[in-house]
Amino acid sequence: MEVRAPGPGGWDRPLPRPDAVSAPFWSAAAEGRLLIQRCGACGQRQFFPRALCRACGSEPEWEEASGRGRVHTYTVVRQNHASPFRDQLPYVVAMVELEEGVRMMGNLTGVPPERVRIGMPVRCYSVLADEGVGIPMWEPDHSRPA
Amino acid sequence: MAGGREPVIAGIGLSDYPRAPHLDSTQHLVLAARRALEDCGMRKSDLDGYIGPVGGTGMGLDDAASMAEYLGIDHRYIDGTMVGGSSFEFHVQHGAAAIRQGLCDSILIAYGSDQLSRRGRTLGTGGFVSGRQRVGGSAQYEAPYGNSLVGAYAMAAMRHMHEFGTTSEQLAEVAVGVREFASLNPDAMYREPITVDDVLSSKLVADPLHKLDCCVISDGGGAVVMTTAERARDLRQPPVWVLGAAGRQTHWQIGQMPDFTTTAAASCGPEAFAQAGVGPDDIDTLQLYDSFTITVVLLIEGLGFCARGEGGSFVAEGHLRRGGRLPLNTDGGGLSACHPGMRGIFLLIEAVRQLRGQAGPAQVPGCRLALACGSGGWLSCIGAVILGAEAP
Repeated sequence: MEVRAPGPGGWDRPLPRPDAVSAPFWSAAAEGRLLIQRCGACGQRQFFPRALCRACGSEPEWEEASGRGRVHTYTVVRQNHASPFRDQLPYVVAMVELEEGVRMMGNLTGVPPERVRIGMPVRCYSVLADEGVGIPMWEPDHSRPA
Repeated sequence: MAGGREPVIAGIGLSDYPRAPHLDSTQHLVLAARRALEDCGMRKSDLDGYIGPVGGTGMGLDDAASMAEYLGIDHRYIDGTMVGGSSFEFHVQHGAAAIRQGLCDSILIAYGSDQLSRRGRTLGTGGFVSGRQRVGGSAQYEAPYGNSLVGAYAMAAMRHMHEFGTTSEQLAEVAVGVREFASLNPDAMYREPITVDDVLSSKLVADPLHKLDCCVISDGGGAVVMTTAERARDLRQPPVWVLGAAGRQTHWQIGQMPDFTTTAAASCGPEAFAQAGVGPDDIDTLQLYDSFTITVVLLIEGLGFCARGEGGSFVAEGHLRRGGRLPLNTDGGGLSACHPGMRGIFLLIEAVRQLRGQAGPAQVPGCRLALACGSGGWLSCIGAVILGAEAP
């Protein structure tokens, strides 16, 4: 997936504090790869990453996702008092269902909020927020049918 | 065996609400606890069990041990379960089991919060994280995206509308009905009647939820005293029996919600009904967690008062209104009366008031069975408690 620089002021929003399990996810995103986990024992996929398979308890493995998904649900945030969000209203928060079956929260950019639809095809890009930290974001994927 | 170790709620107490700038969270809790003890005529020294988070600012809580120390309760049973606003329903489940088991006899469950006076009205619309703040744990996967608390529930509402055709008008009816009860409560934050149009023309906070789809932010506190039926015979108030209590969890963070149109009410509701040996048709009043209009719709579906997806129609048919067959939130609820951030204790208190016949102009005639159901976290942890005016 594409890796993009943040805006002129840099990344001004909350950041993850990478830990032993999450660091590979954030650094892969910084390099343009979207990772989810798949369990070698039972085959279940999961997000967010954990130290165990949520289904069977075994140790999961990393799997690169395609970066393609559809909007499962969303909202348009119109009130948020916290900085810097209060200067960026309104914006779209979506739950994206990846092709691989897991869901991720993200912002949906590049589309007016009133045109967002559940089921809309979207694709992932990442914003380089810090060294070793890419933040997955989503935009409409016009190459796929609505 | 009647009159033995069946768990009952013997005392209830409310702190001052909706605005109490002279009280901090601890003082709210203490005031509610004192009033609950006075209500039933039990002395603090009679208590041998303590359950509670403190509440206060957002989801940050003091622990049960430090509060038990503060209150001076020499407990044989302590529980600090924190699952968000429904914690108190889980507390009744745990307390009922402890009493039946003989682990203790008399339990204080208490809550207090100065949310409005200390932090204003920001709880639902930002205020947890801001700026370039580092966030660890599970929240790290959501924090960068700026979702608000209202936004989490809005995503559930959006999906419900998509799957079932639920409308904003139907959600608004929840708020209209609860506001009608608030007009009977002199302590409610908002008492002026509202219409569906009023709700729809209030500002969108996070689509599709408008301001009037959202609960108030207030100060407040509440406490209940649980004891054995035998002990309650010597106390001041008619006891209310805990006939069923169950609590289940499907997720914690909203991003992990397995199905945005289904909560754990679908599992803990039937469990509570089975324990009580009654069904939805037997319930006389509902005290449901009304953090948002959508929360009520999801709960009535999961609890089995209507089929999944039909909650909108069910509300629009007026069953939850004053005079309907399932009066909802007869104290004016979180939507109009009182919501300091965690509302579950108030559901129990109002249910008890109704079952005792002490609800004044809001009284549901012939109220014998009540269901109090809380939702904690982000539609995450659901606790259902069935209370009755008579011994099982």
